Amino acid sequence: MHIVVCIKQVPDSAQIRVHPVTNTIMRQGVPTIINPYDLFALEEALRLRDKFGGEVTVLTMGPPTAEDSLRKALTIGANRAVLLTDRFFAGSDTLATSYALAAAIRKIGSTFGAVDVVFTGKQTIDGDTAQVGPGICKRLDFLQLTYVSKVSSLDLEARTIEVERRSEGGVQVLRSNLPCLITMLEGTNQVRRGSMINALNAARAEVVKWSAQDAGVEDIQKCGLRGSPTVVKRVFAPTPRAEKAKVVEAAGQPPAEALIDEIFKLRPKLENEMFELARGF
Amino acid sequence: MSQPAKPAPQPAGRAAAKKELPEHFKAYKHVWVFIEQERGHVHPVSWELMGSGRRLADKLGVELAAVVIGPTGEATRAAVAESFCYGADLAYVVADDVLTDYRNESYTKALTDLVNTHKPEILLLGATTLGRDLAGAVATTLLTGLTADCTELEVDADNSLAATRPTFGGSLLCTIYTLNFRPQMATVRPRVMSMPERVEKPVGRVIEFPLGLVEADIVTKILAFVPDRDKATSNLAYADIVVAGGLGLASPENFQLVRQLAGVLGAEYGCSRPLVQKGWVSADRQIGQTGKTIRPKLYIAAGISGAIQHRVGVDGSDLIVAINTDKNAPIFDFAHLALVTDAIRLLPALTEAFRKRLSAHTRDRIAS
Ligand SMILES: Cc1cc2nc3c(=O)[nH]c(=O)nc-3n(C[C@H](O)[C@H](O)[C@H](O)COP(=O)(O)OP(=O)(O)OC[C@H]3O[C@@H](n4cnc5c(N)ncnc54)[C@H](O)[C@@H]3O)c2cc1C
Repeated sequence: MHIVVCIKQVPDSAQIRVHPVTNTIMRQGVPTIINPYDLFALEEALRLRDKFGGEVTVLTMGPPTAEDSLRKALTIGANRAVLLTDRFFAGSDTLATSYALAAAIRKIGSTFGAVDVVFTGKQTIDGDTAQVGPGICKRLDFLQLTYVSKVSSLDLEARTIEVERRSEGGVQVLRSNLPCLITMLEGTNQVRRGSMINALNAARAEVVKWSAQDAGVEDIQKCGLRGSPTVVKRVFAPTPRAEKAKVVEAAGQPPAEALIDEIFKLRPKLENEMFELARGF
Repeated sequence: MSQPAKPAPQPAGRAAAKKELPEHFKAYKHVWVFIEQERGHVHPVSWELMGSGRRLADKLGVELAAVVIGPTGEATRAAVAESFCYGADLAYVVADDVLTDYRNESYTKALTDLVNTHKPEILLLGATTLGRDLAGAVATTLLTGLTADCTELEVDADNSLAATRPTFGGSLLCTIYTLNFRPQMATVRPRVMSMPERVEKPVGRVIEFPLGLVEADIVTKILAFVPDRDKATSNLAYADIVVAGGLGLASPENFQLVRQLAGVLGAEYGCSRPLVQKGWVSADRQIGQTGKTIRPKLYIAAGISGAIQHRVGVDGSDLIVAINTDKNAPIFDFAHLALVTDAIRLLPALTEAFRKRLSAHTRDRIAS
């Protein structure tokens, strides 16, 4: 069995600051990590490999420095790493990204063995769109299983897979076919730590580096800015609210009482509504 | 370390001038809203989107259409009728029992075929699990642009859709255009747009559309559906009163104080992200950019600093009350009422005071 896990190197959490004067983003010195949701995807892929045999290939598209994330994934236990890197990819939106990644996955299939399952995280913590997974899936014409909390069974003979998938009001238990693309939910499995042996191997391992041409990208016009139908026109900081909060002064009475008075003074209707609500409990 | 001052952010190349729309896209007109149904219920985000859709359609001087995809029968008919009450001029309906439960294959086919036949200029969907699953697939199949999780939708002077969304973890906003492709697609999270007024309107045009699939054509099968047991958990986004706690509460035990106040008020409770990361509170209670967006009449935030990622989830609240020991906490920049004090001490007193008030209220009402 051959599984491909798409990962993304993202800036670590809230450490991005906005320059107070120029309104530009200050990214210097912000450490990078593997997008946390992608780690759950990697873990689920490794579990399937441990159970059914085969290989896990991790794939990322990004600048040359994204190699760090791939080595981390090798340390955790992936068998092979592919870095798709080319200046033609710069400025890709989700449609252009899915085009490039799908091309690379096809090439991975023809080079290292047919791909049965592609995993991604449910979304990235920097872009937050949840669009790249479905995008890759449609490009490859695979079956799409998003927001999966668990792969419950897999039958390589029959080429079927069963998953639990979150929907708005509950959990769908689905049976589908291979090849498929799965996007994984957060916190559904405990992500393993890398082993010493893996770390040593990862340090020595070769990371496969592909340009657009190496990956067999057919139409460079569909990559990067040129291939992106969406265009960012303006970036700006949210406008601050005109007035600061009114500070509640507890003149002689307990602060809790003073606060309630202020609330009901500002929103007289709330008092009645609250009564109705509270009665309902 | 000082940051070299850069000119105002004009991302290179991206802000390319608008070109003439390719000829074959000029037939694309009208604004569509996907009406999300699950197991007989329309997700309220669909009506919220109808409010925005109506505004956009009026500005463009075009029609607003609801897209209703689902099984044959009463629930789908009701969704269509309801869409007229929320402002639809017409409804495109794909009704087939194969569409009883959401599956990507069947819904993607229905929506892509509809778009290719009837050509909308703008297509809006809720950024729910269903909406995101569908929107990503449909946009890629149509090879058009899709902007996720928008917080504002406008039509600019050139009649293009200007979709604004948070970027860089919520620290900034950006406005995105889909220039030379149609339809222009966007998703919006529940509760980001306000609910439009419902107006009794019994009729509108209905255009039925065939699915063109039978069950045997669909690979993915639904083996079971397990509805969420805890109904209350999914209610946070739609609660009228929300009480939330942050890291300032210092321990999971103190978080009980938030639950107790919420209990007395008949409110929902929520939290900031670190509490979820620490495992004090479950993930579906997180409020903010990567959690839920709320729009309550009253929001009480105790021990929450008010980081931008939290703020974007609560900005639509009618009255924001912040309790924080630090008078310079960023939350006071967007709260309406501020109490600069220790929340761990205040919360029990507040719970007690509310309890008294509300029971006094009961007495008054019984007496009168
Ligand atoms: C990509 C990304 C997404 C994010 N998404 C979200 C999100 O969806 N939701 C979210 O909330 N955060 C989110 N965050 C995190 C966010 O940046 C902040 O880190 C977080 O909101 C801070 O939580 P807090 O206010 O509880 O904690 P802190 O920032 O630690 O603030 C604690 C506050 O409590 C006050 N305090 C301390 N003791 C007391 C006391 N006894 N009584 C009263 N006040 C007290 C302090 O003065 C302080 O203001 C996200 C971050 C990133 C990078």
